[in-house]
Amino acid sequence: MNDPVNFVGLANYRDLLNDPHIWSNFWITAKYVIVSVSGQMVVGFGLALLLNRKIPAKGLITTLLMLPMMMSAAVVGLFWRLLYDPSWGPLNYVLGLGNFAWLSNADAALYAVALTDIWMWAPFVMLLSLAGLSAVPQHLYEAAAIDRAGTWYTFSRITLPLVAPLLLIALIFRTMEAFKTFDIAYILSTQPTTELVSIKLYKFAFQEWQTGKSCALAYIVLILVLAITNIYVKYLNQAKER
Amino acid sequence: MAVVTSSAKRLTNRMAIAAVLIIAVIFLSPLYWIGSTAFKPRSLATTVPPTVFFQPEITSFIKLFTKRVQLTKPVDPAVYAAAPWYEQRIYDGGERMLRVGPNIQLSQYPNRFLNSLIIAVTSTFIAVSMGTITAYGFSRFKMPGEADWLFFILSTRMLPPIVVAIPMYLMYRVVGLNDTHIGLIILYTAFNLSFSVWLMKGFMDEIPKEYEEAALVDGYTRMQSFFKIVLPEAVTGIAATSVFCFITAWNEYAFALIMTSRRAQTAPPFIPSQVGSGLIDWTVIAAGTLLFILPVAIFTFMLRNHLLRGVTFGAIRK
Repeated sequence: MNDPVNFVGLANYRDLLNDPHIWSNFWITAKYVIVSVSGQMVVGFGLALLLNRKIPAKGLITTLLMLPMMMSAAVVGLFWRLLYDPSWGPLNYVLGLGNFAWLSNADAALYAVALTDIWMWAPFVMLLSLAGLSAVPQHLYEAAAIDRAGTWYTFSRITLPLVAPLLLIALIFRTMEAFKTFDIAYILSTQPTTELVSIKLYKFAFQEWQTGKSCALAYIVLILVLAITNIYVKYLNQAKER
Repeated sequence: MAVVTSSAKRLTNRMAIAAVLIIAVIFLSPLYWIGSTAFKPRSLATTVPPTVFFQPEITSFIKLFTKRVQLTKPVDPAVYAAAPWYEQRIYDGGERMLRVGPNIQLSQYPNRFLNSLIIAVTSTFIAVSMGTITAYGFSRFKMPGEADWLFFILSTRMLPPIVVAIPMYLMYRVVGLNDTHIGLIILYTAFNLSFSVWLMKGFMDEIPKEYEEAALVDGYTRMQSFFKIVLPEAVTGIAATSVFCFITAWNEYAFALIMTSRRAQTAPPFIPSQVGSGLIDWTVIAAGTLLFILPVAIFTFMLRNHLLRGVTFGAIRK
């Protein structure tokens, strides 16, 4: 514990960047971010489009749909383990997949984690999109209807451009958060194919006790997240000025 | 022509509503599963095919709050008859409750729940009060490099908690804050503070300066005008910020996992740790989860209309 401090310069960074395993962790994270964020955007925006009309008990439905994002990721992960269970999990039963082992299948595990994340955070995208959709002035649609614009034309020329800033905010916010994912993946699966960067960090720091290496990796992560956040703040300010 | 389009429109509308309902049912089915598992008898929790209809019972909640051991021999009918109903439920499951003298021994769950409550409420309170004052300062006074300061404050939230936890763990070990309530309260306050400053600034910016200026002209001090004029105007903002800080602190997992082990452990790392390697009693875990979701669900439901402004840092105005 009381060894003299040994200055190693950039050796930790050199070791890390030369380690092919770290690169695979980054690849896994990138794949995870792309799958789960695009899933959330599609499901969330789609739901918002469907919900953006007169629907009985709309407030109640919206609030209920938002429940997943209020839950603890740890608890969500735990319960999806029950749903994914190969022998008696309801998911396999409903989908008729027999004994498909979602979480211990090297290929499927990451997608299973992403699916859980989509379930949890699509409501967030939905919430933002709904706000954007309800702010589109109605007279634009009326004008388009008078001009006999088609559904697709109206959507791509009126709806999409006006909702785009909010969608961007949701996109960047979710990308940031997905990049940091730890709890869901850590609880759901122990497969090496679901080892996200933050899980690798945890293992470096608290299982292998390589404090120096873990702190170096932390800095690399910080720089990446800082870059994403900068974009986020830029677009947020643009949206505010609008 | 007009009739055709309107009936076509009505048809798409109906289809959209049907789609919404179907998706909502699919979306909520995992939640339903948690809720229903909590009320299932243990034998029905993991059946093939999954059980949907059953006689609900609350045995799992009794189990959640007590410590139990397996019965080694059948229980004496006289003892069984004399036992209160909740203890009979436990006997029915082939277990008996552990007692210290005449008192039933409680499990760790109530304690962890209480820890969560203490830590989340205290840190939310501190973070929101400090955030309100800081936001007031940012909103009302000119300071050099304001945007940079705000970005700097937000940057405390950019790292995965796991990353921050490494140096914090090392520092906490030195000063003896590991596994203490105070330690977690400080941590949660620190990372909620950035959020609360950003949120509150959005709300503060919208309170007209003229109110305060009028009060100042009338001889109020800065403090008086803050407490009597600004604070009442900012109440909705404070409520919204509180919900967000509370949700984050209540659900936080990574810090709690690393920084606490026994004394100050909160419920999020505790509930999954119940899943050992042996036979998992999912009904008990579901019961624990359900109780754990309730406070935050109620709190959020009451203040649901403010959520939107929260997630966009005030980019959307109501």
